[in-house]
Amino acid sequence: MKTPNQDVSPVQQLLEKKYNGGFLNRREKIIPIVLFIMAAVSVLTTVGIVLTLIFETVTFFKDVSIVEFFTATEWYPFSNTDPVYGIWPLVLGTLKITLIASLFAIPIGLAVALYLSEYASTRTRKIMKPILEVLAGVPTIVYGFFALTFITPVLREIFPSLELFNAISPGIVVGIMIIPTIVSLSEDALSSVPEPVRHGALAMGSTKWETASKVIFPAALSGILASIVLGVSRAIGETMIVSIAAGSTPSAALDLTSSLQTMTSYIVQVTTGDAGFGTTIYYSIYSVGFTLFVFTLAMNMLAQFISKRFREEY
Amino acid sequence: MALTAVNSKKKPEMMEQEERLVYNTKNLNLWYGDHHALKNINLGIKEKDVTAIIGPSGCGKSTYIKTLNRMIDLVPGVKTNGTIEYRERDIFSKEFLVEELRTRVGMVFQKPNPFPKSIYENIAFGLKIHGIKNKQIINETVEKSLRGAALWDEVKDRIHEPAYGLSGGQQQRLCIARCLALEPDVILMDEPTSALDPVSTLKVEELIQELKERYSIIIVTHNMQQAARISDKTAFFLNGEVVEFDSTDTIFNSPADSRTDDYISGRFG
Repeated sequence: MKTPNQDVSPVQQLLEKKYNGGFLNRREKIIPIVLFIMAAVSVLTTVGIVLTLIFETVTFFKDVSIVEFFTATEWYPFSNTDPVYGIWPLVLGTLKITLIASLFAIPIGLAVALYLSEYASTRTRKIMKPILEVLAGVPTIVYGFFALTFITPVLREIFPSLELFNAISPGIVVGIMIIPTIVSLSEDALSSVPEPVRHGALAMGSTKWETASKVIFPAALSGILASIVLGVSRAIGETMIVSIAAGSTPSAALDLTSSLQTMTSYIVQVTTGDAGFGTTIYYSIYSVGFTLFVFTLAMNMLAQFISKRFREEY
Repeated sequence: MALTAVNSKKKPEMMEQEERLVYNTKNLNLWYGDHHALKNINLGIKEKDVTAIIGPSGCGKSTYIKTLNRMIDLVPGVKTNGTIEYRERDIFSKEFLVEELRTRVGMVFQKPNPFPKSIYENIAFGLKIHGIKNKQIINETVEKSLRGAALWDEVKDRIHEPAYGLSGGQQQRLCIARCLALEPDVILMDEPTSALDPVSTLKVEELIQELKERYSIIIVTHNMQQAARISDKTAFFLNGEVVEFDSTDTIFNSPADSRTDDYISGRFG
């Protein structure tokens, strides 16, 4: 009231300054441009990677027949006289690991998620979730050594016929690696089913288990399936564990106890070896990489389809 | 009433038997941690009556109705003493499974809470968890329950569509239908119309009038006009105590306690 200029209060003066400087206008114009550049960089990178994969794969198929690639049952590129490029043994290796990992991780992951969301006390949940998240942060090379130097010897005590490099041990450890992914996302999906829905089921005389399995689980199905697909696609792409503990023998046999090679571990073998630039072997890693990309792309599309198809509204 | 005339000839203890209480609450106390939420409640609720429970927010009316089917067990840190008898069985005893109690006593909540399933599955759920697999029985029960909840004509062409596509009022009647499927003895309603528009509220009230022919209904309501319109008996709760419990007519026209009168006439609450 006693300010010298009664017409223009300090607040008014500040507002005046803000709007007259023109700074606001310039800033608001620049921000979307900067954000667009960021978005464009990430999209272009993805496009660049896919294009590289495609071009190098095309070069590879100038040397190797595409029919052989899909039909030959042997992958033996290192022969000086008669190299064979049949992708099947590498795909089979990846599938073996993925299958074992899934069989191990899906039941355990879902059980833990159900326990945490429906049964555990707040205190237990607060202790268990961070521990699981630590599991997700362990470097995969550590998992690899864990498979080779702990799980494999233990399994060989029980099954002496198991070879040092096999599908079971790295399969289990890849499973352990993806459990946190499945638990974390499934638990989110289960806990986001609203509490009144739970109460509705309990008030009709259903037990805790009936409520969890027949109401909450189906309601969270889309999130649960998406978590499984994400976990499985991580298993498909897993590299370090299988490179260390699964061996490097491409094998078309269905046997799980002997050495094998996955698509990823083949790529590691070639890139860490001395295959020269421009050789057929060099280009072969692109063809394998492209096959791998098709697999993980298919899983991603499956996840998207599932979360749309099974979306529950509440 | 004819029944009263017959009763009057019998001895007093026989009279009480003939009155057929569904719920008899004796000296019930309940604490949330240190907060004494229900204080020495004594209430006998008669079969086939609509009993309204009214009172200001925080008076314990919701707590009381949730205690009747032990949904209060889900709240951590709740302690009770005293007894509640449902059909002369102590609901807190170990021999009385809480699942059995909740099967016989249905509940309708404040906000409609259908399951994220189809309309049909919402009603079939109760039968399925109790082991009924016969398709014909399930189909018949679904139709009967939807008719019972005055919803059949509105949804009969889309019973396999998601329940969440229904309006709020329809969802609430679906939740009532879901209760009816299990042929309960008592239906507890915890402010069932508080989230509904006036037209839907009216429909639910009409439904309650029809349901009272076959079921005992206990309804918590904020809305005093609603209590006056639909109930036979009214209990007035204040600060965790039952101030007065009598016929609705008496409570609204000549209450014995001045606090009831103050609340009814809108002087507080």
